[in-house]
Amino acid sequence: MSDAHPYEAYGEHEGFDGGEDAGGAGDAGDDKGRQESYESREAGDAAAGAEGGDHGGGADGSAGPGGPGGPGSPPNGTGKGPDPARKPRIPMPRSSVEDSGRPLPSLHELGDLGGLGGLGGLGDLGDPGNPAAPPLPPLPPDLPHHVLKSLLGAWALAACAPEETAAVEEHLGSCGPCADEALRLREAVGLLHPPESLDLDPALRTRVLDGCLDRRPPRIPVPGWADPYDAETARLDALLQDIGDSEWHAPVRLRWFEADRPTSRRTTVAGVIAHLLSVDGLVAVALGLDDPLGEVTADAPTPSARTEAYWGASQRPYNRAVRRPWREQSHDLVRTVSFTGSRTSPVSYGDFELSLQDALLDRAFECWVHAEDIAEAVDYPYEPPSPRHLHGMIDLGARMLPTVLAARRQAGRAAPGKGRHLVPAGEPGRSLRLEIEGSGGGEWMVPLDSPAAKGSAEHEVAHVALDGVEFCRLAAGHVSPEEAAAGQDGDREAIRAVLFAAASLSRM
Amino acid sequence: MAKRDAPPRWDRKMQQRLARGEAAALGELYDRFASLVHGLAHRVLGDERAADGITRDVFAHVWEHPDAYDPKQGPLRTWVATLTHRLAVQRLRATETAALARAGHGSTEELERKVRHASVAARADYIVQSMPVPLRAALELAYFQRRDYRQTAADLGVTEDEARRRLRLGLQLLSTAHDTAAPGAPPGYGGAV
Repeated sequence: MSDAHPYEAYGEHEGFDGGEDAGGAGDAGDDKGRQESYESREAGDAAAGAEGGDHGGGADGSAGPGGPGGPGSPPNGTGKGPDPARKPRIPMPRSSVEDSGRPLPSLHELGDLGGLGGLGGLGDLGDPGNPAAPPLPPLPPDLPHHVLKSLLGAWALAACAPEETAAVEEHLGSCGPCADEALRLREAVGLLHPPESLDLDPALRTRVLDGCLDRRPPRIPVPGWADPYDAETARLDALLQDIGDSEWHAPVRLRWFEADRPTSRRTTVAGVIAHLLSVDGLVAVALGLDDPLGEVTADAPTPSARTEAYWGASQRPYNRAVRRPWREQSHDLVRTVSFTGSRTSPVSYGDFELSLQDALLDRAFECWVHAEDIAEAVDYPYEPPSPRHLHGMIDLGARMLPTVLAARRQAGRAAPGKGRHLVPAGEPGRSLRLEIEGSGGGEWMVPLDSPAAKGSAEHEVAHVALDGVEFCRLAAGHVSPEEAAAGQDGDREAIRAVLFAAASLSRM
Repeated sequence: MAKRDAPPRWDRKMQQRLARGEAAALGELYDRFASLVHGLAHRVLGDERAADGITRDVFAHVWEHPDAYDPKQGPLRTWVATLTHRLAVQRLRATETAALARAGHGSTEELERKVRHASVAARADYIVQSMPVPLRAALELAYFQRRDYRQTAADLGVTEDEARRRLRLGLQLLSTAHDTAAPGAPPGYGGAV
């Protein structure tokens, strides 16, 4: 473990601090605090007994403190081993008094002892103890030295059977090397902390990276249009890092609009990541990277067909192992576009295609939408993207609307519209003003009658105002066009056509 | 994630990419080590914003001096953790010294004790995170789940002998957090016992 070596030298380890505070547990005023104080006192007695070579069947010796505070205690609590300078060589185990078979102290006694402080060097116990105590202290079995030695770790963690604890403690009185190790291991137990819950602020990533790049400009930068994808995949990955094994199997319902009706598909958290992996694979293929589907063949090169094929190809339900290929692919995409730039053939989604820039923006959007699905399933909070990235996503949706409107007219899903007026390509045409409020917002003039026409304020026939996140939910198929909270003014048919077109941007 | 078991190849390639000035590599480096860096800094400093600051400094240092890391000397992860430890302890000592001067009471011994305590706690965290998974799993069961070693053995599907061995070995590794010797010094120098 040379890894663990410190890199600055300081003096010899001098016991633990906090010795003077240890008795303070008795001031807590509640019964638990008093009990801890009482147990500290018991440990003091036990230590004295050990010094006199009297083990009393191990009963006293097992009533000591020095153990960890348990999972609920503060990371730097006072749960410390005994002070090596003042204690006998036998360190106190962490078992509570109840484990020892001694009678529990009465409340009266606890009250008397509650105020006693200054039991220097003895930490609190924080150990609620086990209500069921063995009736009598067991006799230590006769165990050979190598077995006793092998028990030291378990003993230090109070993870032995009572008779083994007793046998170890008797042995420690007569075996110097084992007693030394026992003390060292017991102190090590005090260093175990519950892992800190590390909810890293996602915005920290951007701040740290920007700070670095300011100091030393990169020779190979990540193109700005890949930023949203880079940021959203990192945010989702941070969420995935925090969730437990079982949460990967939490049910998730993917929702979207198909043929103007809400549609959904049941999967799990891991299934959602498999979905993202297989659809991001469209971009990977366009960039000449490996297709994550590998040997699996999809019925069609569309997001849904690829997803279904990938889901269907797995013998067992997906679990957290899917995180790694997904993350590696997303890193590879960001890395690769840093080298290729935007001069790559468009990314085909089967029935339509997007430029590489727009495809990565679309993937960033999908990543966020599905991260929200996951966060909801595992009951974690999740924030919308940064305003700049959100703006890019809204812009992509707004730019796609005219084409979608035309396709819907062709498919007979939208009436041509009263007063439809075709103009030569590039000329201003009848338009809807899409006003997006809130962070990432802006204004877009959506040409209504032809994707070739230019949006024009002079030809505005309708006005829709919508919050940015609400617009994204609509475009993700998570709210229906009828229910979207939108301020509306003007040609109602045009408004309806645009809201339905926005919903039909959604897909699995 | 197999982050801990990443081959040295990853370390070498990462260093080359950083040296080449590839911004995407910096992002990957952050994604792999940010929670380690921030966690250690937070354990030393006990403060969110201070830990943010150390995180910024650590990645800036790696990005500006990618050649300071020598893959032959050990894993990148260790190097990053060591750098974090050093910067965080420096920061703690500086802020505590300033506080001491302002307050006009307290002693440098107290200050040194506090610094040492924080330092050992951070090192212990790192040891736990870096130890072989079977050892960590055994410690987690015995300590956090309060399983005895027989239950631990059953939970892990190993013999009782093996469970005892893992608990002992895990604690032995953890106890080196107290060692303040420079690498190469005799083991146990300046240790707790």
